[in-house]
Amino acid sequence: MKYAGIDSGSWNTKAVIIDAHARVLGTSVVRSGADLAAAAEQVYKTALERAGCTPRDIAAVWSTGFGRQSVSFAHGSRTELDCHGRGAAHYVAGPLAVIDIGGQDAKVIRIDARGQRLSHRMNRKCAAGTGSFLDEIALRLGIAIEHMDALAASSAEELELSSFCTVFAGTELLTLIRAGKRPADLAMAAYRSLVKRILAMDVLEGRVVATGGVIAHHPTMATLLGHALRVEIVVPPHPQEMGAFGAALAARDGAESVGPHGSEREHDQLITLARNPAHAT
Amino acid sequence: MTALAADTSLKATMDRYYRDLGDADGQRTSPVAWCSSVGPAELLRAMGFRVFFPENHAAMLGAARTANRYMPLAHAHGYSQEICSYLTSDVGAHLAGESPLTAYGLRGKPRADVLVFNTNQCRDVRDWFEWYGREWKVPVIGIRSPRSVEVVTENDITAIATQIEGLIPTLEAVAGARLDSRWLSRAVSASRECSDLWERCLQTAAHHPAPLTFFDGTVHMGPAVVLRGADEACAYYRVLLAELEQRARDNVAAIEGEAFRLYWDGMPIWGRLRALSTLFGEFRASVVASTYCNSWIFSALDAADPFRSMARASLELFIVRSEQAKEDYIARMVELYHVDGIVYHDCRTCPNNTNTRYGMPRRLAERLGVPALVLDGDVNDLRCVSDEQARTNVEGFIEQLADARVGAGSARA
Repeated sequence: MKYAGIDSGSWNTKAVIIDAHARVLGTSVVRSGADLAAAAEQVYKTALERAGCTPRDIAAVWSTGFGRQSVSFAHGSRTELDCHGRGAAHYVAGPLAVIDIGGQDAKVIRIDARGQRLSHRMNRKCAAGTGSFLDEIALRLGIAIEHMDALAASSAEELELSSFCTVFAGTELLTLIRAGKRPADLAMAAYRSLVKRILAMDVLEGRVVATGGVIAHHPTMATLLGHALRVEIVVPPHPQEMGAFGAALAARDGAESVGPHGSEREHDQLITLARNPAHAT
Repeated sequence: MTALAADTSLKATMDRYYRDLGDADGQRTSPVAWCSSVGPAELLRAMGFRVFFPENHAAMLGAARTANRYMPLAHAHGYSQEICSYLTSDVGAHLAGESPLTAYGLRGKPRADVLVFNTNQCRDVRDWFEWYGREWKVPVIGIRSPRSVEVVTENDITAIATQIEGLIPTLEAVAGARLDSRWLSRAVSASRECSDLWERCLQTAAHHPAPLTFFDGTVHMGPAVVLRGADEACAYYRVLLAELEQRARDNVAAIEGEAFRLYWDGMPIWGRLRALSTLFGEFRASVVASTYCNSWIFSALDAADPFRSMARASLELFIVRSEQAKEDYIARMVELYHVDGIVYHDCRTCPNNTNTRYGMPRRLAERLGVPALVLDGDVNDLRCVSDEQARTNVEGFIEQLADARVGAGSARA
């Protein structure tokens, strides 16, 4: 039996197909664009092809991400908080802290030794600390975002961007460009700035796992996080598709969907739990 | 929640209050005093003032989602977008010459003859009132309270009681009448009764399932805010209490199939009250209690000792207290209402009514073993609110509570 997870994110939509042993059989990533439903269908189709499957092979599809309700063919949904945590906990035993940096938001998810989520923190309504920050910096540097990591690798001088605000960080960058600073050092300064924002979100205890598109495409981020925390940062396989992988695990494990996708039976199960006299004590 | 029969009585009570204010303003039937929400309303009422609470007006602007239209006008006058958005939206609405009170037949906000603040909640109320004092050239007087009070001492009470008594000469000059101590005792007595009734209404939510939520409470607290010290408020809460107690006896739930019970700390997000109520309800989560609605409980009021008891009541309030006292208070509420999780609102422009900035959520989660969620937002400034983030945060929090319950069940099995 096979399972699918769809992560409808702010920038990209991702799909993962797994088997009953959680082995990844196929993945796909497309731009989310303005039609979230179409992106979900497209990414699912491609992932199925890559896995050598048809929809009839799939026992359940679960969705996650900010557009999770737009995946009309999903049987259930879980938030990206759950799915990134679930996916990371599949690879790394807790207690652990999961850092997920996406295009629109950043999250720190704390998980205990049993794999239960203890807490989460998301960035404020602000682009600082997210992939959008790096996009803005790449734009100011006049480079393609996919070249930023390689550029930063040749950094020789430690520079600092001190602004909290993405727009002001861009202005600060212009000041440094006028001062003759090298693009490689500026790119590295942008990564350092992003790392500082992430470290300020929560206390990172236990093993630290990093997921999300920013980690997948900017390996420098994991290196800098590791240096700052003085621990090895675990980057699991398919970090960008980790939310979709977690959704596929949720589909396999039959987790309750607390969202509108949840069935009455699932809701009833929750209510039964809530009224459990043992809980009341 | 299913509509309460008391809703009709609430509407009539608030309608009479506003129309009475309109008469006082338009026909000069009584002097008008503006009072900060937990200021010395009983004293003002005893001296014959009609009492207007600008925070109530600002909340109306927030709930109507018009606040963001007005705030830039106040910003342009030098009032920062980082300060209280109640202040900036109210002042902005004044500059625009608009008010939701016209729906009650008023010309706008009633013009103050005197403005009376208590800084027990924040400094912004004083700055707010001083803006109007300069605008209308009327007296601005008030009580300067200590902050971060660990234990309320007799010295603290004496200091505040002396300040309250010190307001009297100015108020008598404005009202053109002397204070009659019998009227003050009567107002304090009515205020205490209102407080007791309101507390009992809120405590019906300790029942499983809760018959009302925090979101309902923000509407039904209206008379406790604006008619404190008046018999009309007591009459309303007797009606509401009877209905809520009956609902509790009949197990009528505010949230059908209540599965999770939550506590709300911090200000409401007025412009998203309905959206948040619906969102929590969607996950069968009942927000059963809040620091905010509890803030109009003044159990220390004593008609036999009006000045000192008013002083004590104003100092015992949650917002005046130290972090430790606040944590102990929330711990008691978590126990009283059998709460599964605590939702903290980090209100961007209201640091005094935000309890997330000095480590409290983490400390209380560890002390009580009750998970915490922090929602970023603002009381009136919707630029600080992200609906998508709020939804993911709330849904993720409910997932966490549900998983913990399943996990606990597995561990027991």
